[in-house]
Amino acid sequence: MSLQNGKNEKQVLDARMVERSLRRIAHQIVERNQGADGLLLVGIQTRGVNLAQRLVAMIADIEKTAVPTGKLDITLYRDDLRHNPVQPTVRSTDLPADITGRKVVLVDDVFYTGRTIRAALDALVDFGRPASIMLAVLIDRGHQELPIRADFTGSSITTRKDEDVIVRVREIDGADGVWIETPG
Amino acid sequence: MQFNRKHLLGLEELSSDEIRMILDTAVPFKEISERQIKKVPVLRGKTIVNLFFEPSTRTRISFEFAEKRLSADTVNVNVSTSSVSKGETLVDMARNLEAMKIDMVVIRHAASGAPAFLAQRIDSNVINAGDGWHEHPTQGLLDMLTIRDHFGKLDGLKVAIVGDVIHSRVARSNIWGLQKMGAQVGVCGPPTLVPASLKELGVKIYSRIEDVLSEVDVVNVLRIQLERMHSNMFPSLGEYNRLYGISTARLEAAGRDVLILHPGPMNRGVEIDSDVADGEHQVILEQVTNGVAVRMAVLFLLAGGKQAGAAEATEMRGE
Amino acid sequence: MKRLLIRGGRLVDPANTVDEKLDVLLSGGKVAGVGKAIDAAEVDEVLDATGKVVVPGLIDMHVHLREPGREDEETVESGCRAAAAGGFTAVAAMPNTEPVTDDQATVGYIIREAIRAGYSRVYPIGAITREIKGENLAEMGSMLDAGAVAFTDDGHCLASAEVLRKAMTYSLIFDVPIIQHCEDPELVGDGVMNSGITATRLGLAGNPCEAEEVIVYRDCALARLTGARFHVAHISAARSVDIVRNFKAEGVRVTAEATPHHFILTDEAVGDFDTNAKMAPPLRGAADVVAVRKGLADGTIDCIASDHAPHHYDEKEAAFANAPNGIVGLETSFALVYTELVLGGVLDFSTLVRRMSTAPARLLKLPGGSLAVGDQGDVTVLDLDINWTIDKHKFYSKCRNTPFHGRQVTGRAVATVVGGRVVWRRDGD
Repeated sequence: MSLQNGKNEKQVLDARMVERSLRRIAHQIVERNQGADGLLLVGIQTRGVNLAQRLVAMIADIEKTAVPTGKLDITLYRDDLRHNPVQPTVRSTDLPADITGRKVVLVDDVFYTGRTIRAALDALVDFGRPASIMLAVLIDRGHQELPIRADFTGSSITTRKDEDVIVRVREIDGADGVWIETPG
Repeated sequence: MQFNRKHLLGLEELSSDEIRMILDTAVPFKEISERQIKKVPVLRGKTIVNLFFEPSTRTRISFEFAEKRLSADTVNVNVSTSSVSKGETLVDMARNLEAMKIDMVVIRHAASGAPAFLAQRIDSNVINAGDGWHEHPTQGLLDMLTIRDHFGKLDGLKVAIVGDVIHSRVARSNIWGLQKMGAQVGVCGPPTLVPASLKELGVKIYSRIEDVLSEVDVVNVLRIQLERMHSNMFPSLGEYNRLYGISTARLEAAGRDVLILHPGPMNRGVEIDSDVADGEHQVILEQVTNGVAVRMAVLFLLAGGKQAGAAEATEMRGE
Repeated sequence: MKRLLIRGGRLVDPANTVDEKLDVLLSGGKVAGVGKAIDAAEVDEVLDATGKVVVPGLIDMHVHLREPGREDEETVESGCRAAAAGGFTAVAAMPNTEPVTDDQATVGYIIREAIRAGYSRVYPIGAITREIKGENLAEMGSMLDAGAVAFTDDGHCLASAEVLRKAMTYSLIFDVPIIQHCEDPELVGDGVMNSGITATRLGLAGNPCEAEEVIVYRDCALARLTGARFHVAHISAARSVDIVRNFKAEGVRVTAEATPHHFILTDEAVGDFDTNAKMAPPLRGAADVVAVRKGLADGTIDCIASDHAPHHYDEKEAAFANAPNGIVGLETSFALVYTELVLGGVLDFSTLVRRMSTAPARLLKLPGGSLAVGDQGDVTVLDLDINWTIDKHKFYSKCRNTPFHGRQVTGRAVATVVGGRVVWRRDGD
């Protein structure tokens, strides 16, 4: 346990565990889709983008084929814009020209209420008509509020609503790992 | 960084951080206009009135596209001067609109200060779409975004505004915005159309267009209005072109890459020659495209954030 | 005959070089006695002025009473009440009424309304030209007979040098001042505020000092040519003051007035389009403020006048260029002058009394401006120790258009006496 900003942080996954979880998800994606053909991995801004790129590299290892990847910013589809005191930052959305007919795997770091994924589904529909949409998350922390579930889950952990789950990735944060932050 | 303003009245009052935030937000918005379905739901349910007391095609259409691509409901009100002189005041009109429950007003008015006047008296967000000679902040922002797209920066650039500076709200918004972002701004035009007091703002006053072209990175060419000739600000359009027109010959003589902007609509053969207007130096249509993105960014930033209410703030945190 | 004793105050009467603690006895509308410890036994009323200053009634020679025509903005009665509350025993009313005060009947009407109201005296100023159109001379002689005291086309500059030359020449019959609103309409153009960086910044059309200076010079020259009396209204620009100073030195019969706003505020007061800082001539730069103060100190500028210009609030509720010019001033003038010029070290108090009473009385040949035995019994009693905050909501004027709302000032009239009768008294608030 460490104390930061008056809050307690407890690590639940270290770098090796993150790596193992992602590798398992990569295998599951290939298995479920009987290979990598027609796949498109779409990372949700911000850390979902890094996780999607890792998964694409792992799938390339397994299947010896390059799977395209894209990034999606769901800020403009959120349902809490007018309630949020913090101005969300709009980030770029960059998808391959046509997603119609593709098997899309949305990639995010944490699955919580399901509202982000709801927004992502709305956004994707504006770009075309995928053959199917699946969801891969590193952490499922529970408390889902919408009839949405993850197809591929790295770890399921039990949390209270007043806790935060913090995912760090080496591309942005310098090191991989997952922590639970409890109000101090 | 937070954008907590309720109104966008001018660039004079914005900080460099706020300007940078608007420009940075405009970048991802550009992509939305490239999509097949050019629409995101972020302003769904918001009602925006485009209140135009002066005829305008470009700015109104640009705002309207921006509003519609963010899913806002828009109403265009074009007020001819005759119906204003019927006696309904600006504030009465705005209050009437507000009684119909609107969220934002985009206003274009011939009188400097009209948007500020309105903002002090109504509850809606007010966006200045050009007031008199005062400011045209979204034009200034789209000019800056276009310049930044080309140079990757604004800091340290030399930018000149050429033409009818004294009557130009575009000039004022450019001066404020560019100076705040670290650019050096100069102006050039007939002395009848360039206020000498701009020196007090640190603006360099060039007397010859040749000096401008041999020094600056960017020239923003202002539209010359015919009525200025009739009020003896200069003798003829021909002489204006001879003294200040941007021509290929002048650009070649300068022998440098100079980026040419023009807020439109252009008078070809007066302030800008056709071969320049259609040539490789100009980014005039990029300005138009950026105009929609910048206006989307402004609408988005004014609609969200602190002043919208703080309930249910955390429902998506941690995802 | 009613006898009023103003007792215990410090009498400041520069016309008679008096500045000491003296009682003033008024009887039959006149000053009946000035002296130490006048016996109160035989008087009808005693006004205790202990700790206060007693001066000859203040006179504001430039006021717009708006009646007839714009009674929604001000009436003779409401304007006179505001004047009395501001310590003014007399005001001169400008002729840009509707109809224009350009004939005997309108002059007479204004005087009758003022008598009926029973507060301050009103001396109408007639138009130089019919309907203030700058073309044909109005009947000066008839208006003077009815009670007019001077002539002006105020609000409009009389632009034609030839018409003005004739008006000045004609005025020699009566030896009355011709007052000019000095702004060349062509140089003013579309200008709505002083030319300069604030106008450039706000994108408002500028009105340069030179628009005033050229008319001040031209009309001083015409006064030299004709020998007429010429008065510059609300002087605002530094070089205009210099021009007046030079012509005075030459012996030309020129006088001038300045308003509190022109020697207190600069064009920066326009801030972000404050229509209560919009006037004609416009607020100028800091150097002009200094020059006007200097002119008041050295006597180049003879009088202080408020240019009280009431406008209904919704007229000022407009974009800057569309708002009318002018501010109300009767109820703020004395305190602003005392605070800024006397406490500010520009004028001594007796010079203030000259600029606000003695000089305008002499200039317009009014009874007043002096408190010797036999003079008119117009007196203002002032409290120079009171600190107060200008509150436009407490004005007696019908209008609230002032840029001075909320300003901290010192000094205030506590009683205003017209013709030996207390017409207004401040009950401690």
